[in-house]
Amino acid sequence: MTGKFTPKVVTANALREGDVVYMKANDDWTRDLGEAELLTEEGYAKLRLLMAEGQPEYVVGPYLADVADGENGPRPIHFREAFRSAGPSNYFHGKQAGLN
Amino acid sequence: MYNYNDFDAKFVAERNRQFRRQVERRISGNLSEEEFKPLRLMNGLYLQLHAYMLRVAIPYGTLNSRQMRQLANIAERWDKGYGHFTTRQNIQFNWPKLRDVPDMLDALAEVDMHAIQTSGNTIRNVTADHFAGAAADEIADPRPVAELLRQWSTDHPEFQFLPRKFKIAVSGSPNDRAVIRAHDIGIGIVKRDGRIGYCIIAGGGLGRTPMIGKVISEFVTQENLLPYVEAVVSVWNLLGRRDNKYKSRIKITVHEHGIEKIRSLVEERFELLRRTYSGIDIKLFEEITAAFSPPEFQKVSAGEFELAYKSDPVFESWADTNLAKHRAEGYAIAQISLKAHGQTPGDATSDQMRAMADMAEEYGNDELRISHEQNVVLPHVRKSDLPAIHSILKKHGLATANIGLASDIIACPGMDYCALATARSIPVAQDISNLLKNLEDEIGELKIKISGCINACGHHHLGHIGILGLDRAGVENYQITLGGDATQNTALGRRTGPGFSHDKIVPAVERLILTYLELRENSGETFIEAYRRLGMEPFKSALYDRVHAHAAE
Ligand code: HEM
Ligand code: SF4
Repeated sequence: MTGKFTPKVVTANALREGDVVYMKANDDWTRDLGEAELLTEEGYAKLRLLMAEGQPEYVVGPYLADVADGENGPRPIHFREAFRSAGPSNYFHGKQAGLN
Repeated sequence: MYNYNDFDAKFVAERNRQFRRQVERRISGNLSEEEFKPLRLMNGLYLQLHAYMLRVAIPYGTLNSRQMRQLANIAERWDKGYGHFTTRQNIQFNWPKLRDVPDMLDALAEVDMHAIQTSGNTIRNVTADHFAGAAADEIADPRPVAELLRQWSTDHPEFQFLPRKFKIAVSGSPNDRAVIRAHDIGIGIVKRDGRIGYCIIAGGGLGRTPMIGKVISEFVTQENLLPYVEAVVSVWNLLGRRDNKYKSRIKITVHEHGIEKIRSLVEERFELLRRTYSGIDIKLFEEITAAFSPPEFQKVSAGEFELAYKSDPVFESWADTNLAKHRAEGYAIAQISLKAHGQTPGDATSDQMRAMADMAEEYGNDELRISHEQNVVLPHVRKSDLPAIHSILKKHGLATANIGLASDIIACPGMDYCALATARSIPVAQDISNLLKNLEDEIGELKIKISGCINACGHHHLGHIGILGLDRAGVENYQITLGGDATQNTALGRRTGPGFSHDKIVPAVERLILTYLELRENSGETFIEAYRRLGMEPFKSALYDRVHAHAAE
């Protein structure tokens, strides 16, 4: 598998609300992982992360998260990202309760 | 009643004003996150997985009804209508918005509360038994000593740059409810020839390298307490490792040098230090003790209690599990379980908080305590009022009769909230609680404790059954430890073997419990007693062999 780049999205927490956001192709932020820009090339992914880091007035702690390409856009691979994209499992709060 | 506030009102108001400005500057882009982060952490504001989290201090876990009502209001107005009580005797709000936090802090200040975190490598808040001042088995109230130590350490010039943070806990009773052997220094109040003194324990702690504290001195007199504790801190301050943050706690110092060597260094240092104490500390202690003097207990008949106990089996079962013995005749300590079956351990809704505040005001000397086991305590109630209290509890979903039983689980927030987590803990607790609901009276005393990462906020090492959630190659994996004990017989649990996936962990716990029920000598032998008698083997075999047997079928 060496050399094969796992696709990524840029994700962070929104500064004001604290909730999980993803970067879109037009540099805007979305709360819906499916709308995030899928980054399939390493150099480009790094560049997009730099762009995100240049928006500290909107987001905190941007990083690249592994995703897979799905029918409805990117979907999480690791369970931590799956929880981030849905919300806590003990209450129907967070994203699963509706994107704000 | 003592005024416990760590900080005076003016200081808190000034800090809140500053933080409001800092939030505004952060939002307007005039402060970077690098600049802002330490400021928000100092003010108890964390960024978690799905949202910000505000952590509010509850010193000695003690609240009055006004404060509890304000917490309810805050939860309703700026959060999702509930709060989470933690093993550190704090309350956490899981969904605040950054812009609202300054208003939340002002609302807290109105009732003399704050979210300011003692941070840095200093002596942290001193903790004490949540039954302090009420328990029948208490030799003396531990809070005056805790408060003396807090005041003494707060401004101590020598202790502002310690190798690492330092935590002290005090128990006033031989039945330890403050986990003093899992703290850097643990202090047990003891009596010898009619005189009160202190048994000092050093070098305990959980987390990455769990250790049980060792007795460094069996009896230190009141006059010698501060110089002795100062000697311990000062010896560690010299020897403690500053090169590696995982090796800097006193537990490692004691482990590396041995308790005998530390003891003799401490004695030497103590001889020098005791001469520098003029007796002011004794006077201060007397003042503090007077301020903590107990409420006036009245002689009341427990007739109504006896009647309800005999005629109402639901009340009887609640009284059997949730009451603890009070020092005054006709009184009881009532524990309110925040562990309703299938719910999140430690959570209370605004409605529940208000109900508890009302009960404290009406029946409980206006006092509430938060226990490190994530329950709420009414420390001083007349037994004759208990039937009325119980019927109010029932109305608010607070009458779960499970204190000390299998569903009274400690669980940290885990990966449902915590950004450091390696796996979830809350749903494991919920599933175990549902599973054992109908069996737990039969099982009897059992402590299950769950952490979502190695930091051990859920005290898993000290659970009779401990569960630690890890990330194994991108999958949640849960390790089991057996035989931990958080009482005066403190013990660290031993790992059973390989961990279990999220959908296998609850059946694994069930196998442990069925094995216990099968092998116990009689219904009086508790899980931990059976484990001590039988050892690991039968439990290990239940965990691992039968699975293979089933798989082979
Ligand atoms: C959700 C946000 C939380 C974060 C980020 C967090 C983080 C940490 C960390 C990093 C430590 C290890 C400190 C050290 O000794 O180096 C720790 C210890 C601890 N935490 Fe938390 N924690 C959180 C929530 C909680 C909650 C909700 C509880 C109570 C249920 C709790 C109870 C404790 C306790 C008791 C310890 C001390 C364990 C010991 O003796 O070493 N924490 N926490
Ligand atoms: S034990 Fe780990 S997962 Fe649980 S609250 Fe503490 S830091 Fe978070």
